[in-house]
Amino acid sequence: MPIDPSQVKVLRADEIIRAREDTRAWWKRLYLPAIAMGLGVTIRNMVRNLLNPGGLPTIRYPEERRDYGHRFRGRHYLKKRPSGEPRCVACMMCATACPADCIYIVAGEHPDPAIEKYPVRFDIDGLRCIMCGYCVDACPEDAIAMTKEYEWASYEREDFIWDKEYLLSWRDEKVVDDGYQPYEGEIDKSRMSRGTL
Amino acid sequence: MGLKGERVETTRPGSDTKPPESVFTTTLDKMVRWARAGSLWPLPFGTACCAIEFMSVVSSHYDLARFGAEVVRFSPRQSDMMIVAGTVVDKQAPILKLIYEQMCSPKWVISMGVCASSGGFYRAYHVMQGIDEIVPVDVYVPGCPPTPEGLIYAIMKLQEKIERGEPSHYQVVLDREAAEARERKLARV
Repeated sequence: MPIDPSQVKVLRADEIIRAREDTRAWWKRLYLPAIAMGLGVTIRNMVRNLLNPGGLPTIRYPEERRDYGHRFRGRHYLKKRPSGEPRCVACMMCATACPADCIYIVAGEHPDPAIEKYPVRFDIDGLRCIMCGYCVDACPEDAIAMTKEYEWASYEREDFIWDKEYLLSWRDEKVVDDGYQPYEGEIDKSRMSRGTL
Repeated sequence: MGLKGERVETTRPGSDTKPPESVFTTTLDKMVRWARAGSLWPLPFGTACCAIEFMSVVSSHYDLARFGAEVVRFSPRQSDMMIVAGTVVDKQAPILKLIYEQMCSPKWVISMGVCASSGGFYRAYHVMQGIDEIVPVDVYVPGCPPTPEGLIYAIMKLQEKIERGEPSHYQVVLDREAAEARERKLARV
């Protein structure tokens, strides 16, 4: 639609009102004081941290470690009987409870009739496991437990298949603390009281 | 020589070309590797809870700046270490691939968390069963999500790999493809 020139009103100079005039002083309009104030905060913090390095919140990780709680769910290990065999009786409870389907067990018949079964294979796929701890909860034999181990990054996907031998032997008690295992010893205790151990 | 690609051209015994006798080249190469390992610029491809853990890694308690990797860039042109943090669904796979291809070589990929590494507990039709189906991964970090220490450990492992002068997985794939193409060409002749 073309504009009709007679309808257009031209404003005189004194009719023009600025919507927002910058009324600040000229040195404030330079923004230099604001920059100096910002840098002042930075420098103040820097000096404070230089004078008091102990006050820094940073955990210098490879040298210093955060002390995680005793319910930390890290890499699993399989517990052993006094004879050195795994406590696991290959009941498949953990493999059933596992939401990620990362436990693979092949059961075999144990020569000792009191034990019935033992795992011929017990593999955990570390790249599938979501560290939920359901396997530890499900285990009726107190055979699987978690540790506080979390340093397990690797270059190859194959490195994360943890087989039975590895799960039985990787943990060094002096180095790696126990993590999540809420019912540790309970099963042995109840069996002891019933005289079935 | 060392600056051009990320592989060091060494002359094997028995080959007829003489190695350039220069100590400077190897020293420069070592320096370049050291500089690369000490200035990894991460590109976070965060899609899930692992990205929250990544925030923890770069903030003051764990402070990734101590490893020279604090300059988080959201532009693939400016970064050389992609951290895939979180579940990558099939719909997102082309985006991941595109962003990865936009990064300049040399480039490395860290697959953070089980979802990115293998699909995790999403054994489902819509989730990629590991991002290594589409991009070459250098370091896998399991955990759901991994602890900040776990990721720092992975970055340290990547730095070790770079300083050892090993080619990135990307370079390995490129070399393999080139060799296959050569063989096909020879077979045609």
